[in-house]
Amino acid sequence: MSLLPYFLLGGGFGFVLVEAEVVSWFRIQEMFRFESFHMYGVIGTAVLTAALSLVALKRLRMRGADGKPLALEPKAFGSGVRYLAGGTMFGVGWALTGACPGPLVALIGSGVPVMLVAVLSALAGTWTYGLLRPSLPH
Amino acid sequence: MSQLFTHPLPWYVAGPLIGLVVPALLLIGNKPFGISSNFRHLCAALAPGQIAFFRHDWKRLGGWNLAFLSGIFVGAMAAWQFAPPAHVAISSGTSAALRNLGLTDLSGLAPHEVFAWSSLLTLKGFVSIVVGGFLVGFGTAYAGGCTSGHAIAGLADLQPASLVAVCGFFAGGLTTTYVLLPILFR
Repeated sequence: MSLLPYFLLGGGFGFVLVEAEVVSWFRIQEMFRFESFHMYGVIGTAVLTAALSLVALKRLRMRGADGKPLALEPKAFGSGVRYLAGGTMFGVGWALTGACPGPLVALIGSGVPVMLVAVLSALAGTWTYGLLRPSLPH
Repeated sequence: MSQLFTHPLPWYVAGPLIGLVVPALLLIGNKPFGISSNFRHLCAALAPGQIAFFRHDWKRLGGWNLAFLSGIFVGAMAAWQFAPPAHVAISSGTSAALRNLGLTDLSGLAPHEVFAWSSLLTLKGFVSIVVGGFLVGFGTAYAGGCTSGHAIAGLADLQPASLVAVCGFFAGGLTTTYVLLPILFR
């Protein structure tokens, strides 16, 4: 399996993230203050495009090389607490850093090198979650 | 070169391009769009310890996603080199609110007064970068996804778990914006 297509697709994604200023702390502040449509326009049309694509793939009954239908696996809902609690923690981190995981990595090479520390700290966060996972409600 | 782009790239161009990453990953190899899994794969590669969560075959399960993440880094660097957004033109309401918080320099992609090496050991720098980063890593692992996996792919697939997660993203983000940042920055 060649990794090149994934690398190139990621490259295009990273390019768009910077050019659309999605990586900017200022744009995230503007979003959480509801003072601009930009971020909502980006996320809204991304969701719409992805949704229509998923319906199309389903209608066409397309299958991957492994024979499985091209589709996303449903996330087990459980009690839902992990999504609300984890989501809220991430929301605090998103507003503090002004970046979600993709932009965090993108920013290291696009003018905010100190974000390397934020990425290392994120790894520490994920590692701590792994450690505490058995005792957390899911 | 920078004249090739008006900044920001309009939402109606950027949004659909980002949305197309979802079917593109499925067509290339039936992979789900989601950046934050890479934190788990990197933990498994660097320091799995005896932790069950990191004892998976990260090369087989996450190799493609780490390649995607490397692409993001390089693509963003190319964008910054060839056509950087000179100045993020935020709304007057937001810039007034940020000046009110004590920020004087609103140039660049993130405020220089907070996101600089020299600010790392100040209270606002440490909380924004180190604590913020930690919460991004912990929260996305706990929630099983971030903006890409839940807010884009999950919502597009009408998954209830993703809707709950996105409500959490905004609960945390709004609380931080309206309660935490004013305390932290003043």
